[in-house]
Amino acid sequence: QRSTSSNKITDDELNALILRLQTLLPQLDQSRHGRVSAAKVLNEICSYIRRLQKEVDGLSGRLSQCLDSMDLTGFDAEIVRDLLQ
Amino acid sequence: VKNPSSSLKSRFITRFLGALTKINAEDPISSPSPTRILQLYRRIKVASNKSMAYSVRSRRIWSRAMLSRFRSRRSAFSGRRSSVKTTNCTTINVTINENKTAKGGLDMQTDELRELVPGGEAMDVCNLLDETAHYIKCLTTQVQVMRKIVDFCHISKKSSM
Repeated sequence: QRSTSSNKITDDELNALILRLQTLLPQLDQSRHGRVSAAKVLNEICSYIRRLQKEVDGLSGRLSQCLDSMDLTGFDAEIVRDLLQ
Repeated sequence: VKNPSSSLKSRFITRFLGALTKINAEDPISSPSPTRILQLYRRIKVASNKSMAYSVRSRRIWSRAMLSRFRSRRSAFSGRRSSVKTTNCTTINVTINENKTAKGGLDMQTDELRELVPGGEAMDVCNLLDETAHYIKCLTTQVQVMRKIVDFCHISKKSSM
């Protein structure tokens, strides 16, 4: 059980959280790598977050260049539905 | 049962497209100067992060931290210095170290993570790892949607040529 009164975390809880993070990393696919050290998972997670933040950055840059040419009034329900797929 | 992540995605799309429309309408550019493009890039980036944080609302520590960051940034621009809340994290870290003498390395790894996840400095390890998973899912949604919008831009550009 999780004790909420103290900062004590069980090993199982910690492992479960680390394992869940591992599933977010395709490069540490469990079927091939099995159990990976928590440190390695966290290291890869940090790299992954940086990569994603950088991508948001880059895409923002690209959007800034094509924003003027984009007919945003054309963004009707049809297109939103397409984006959702 | 409606998939909660698809409604998060649709909320994000609606907000972000709304923000882009607003940015575009406020100052439609005919001949974009480099300064203008830089301004736009910054505004779009903020719009993207803000749209996601607002779509998550206050349900997550990281989104609350991000939203308060935006608010304090606004008040900073208006001349008021915003007080930065710092939690004494060393007490929390020391307690965890006592419990996990064999996992001393984990603390160093979480230090880096704390810097990357909004509000990470004040979270305990459990929350940090939980929030990280959600934050990553939201970032991937942002990237996915933004990519599609860029693709759409290029398609509509080509067709207008």
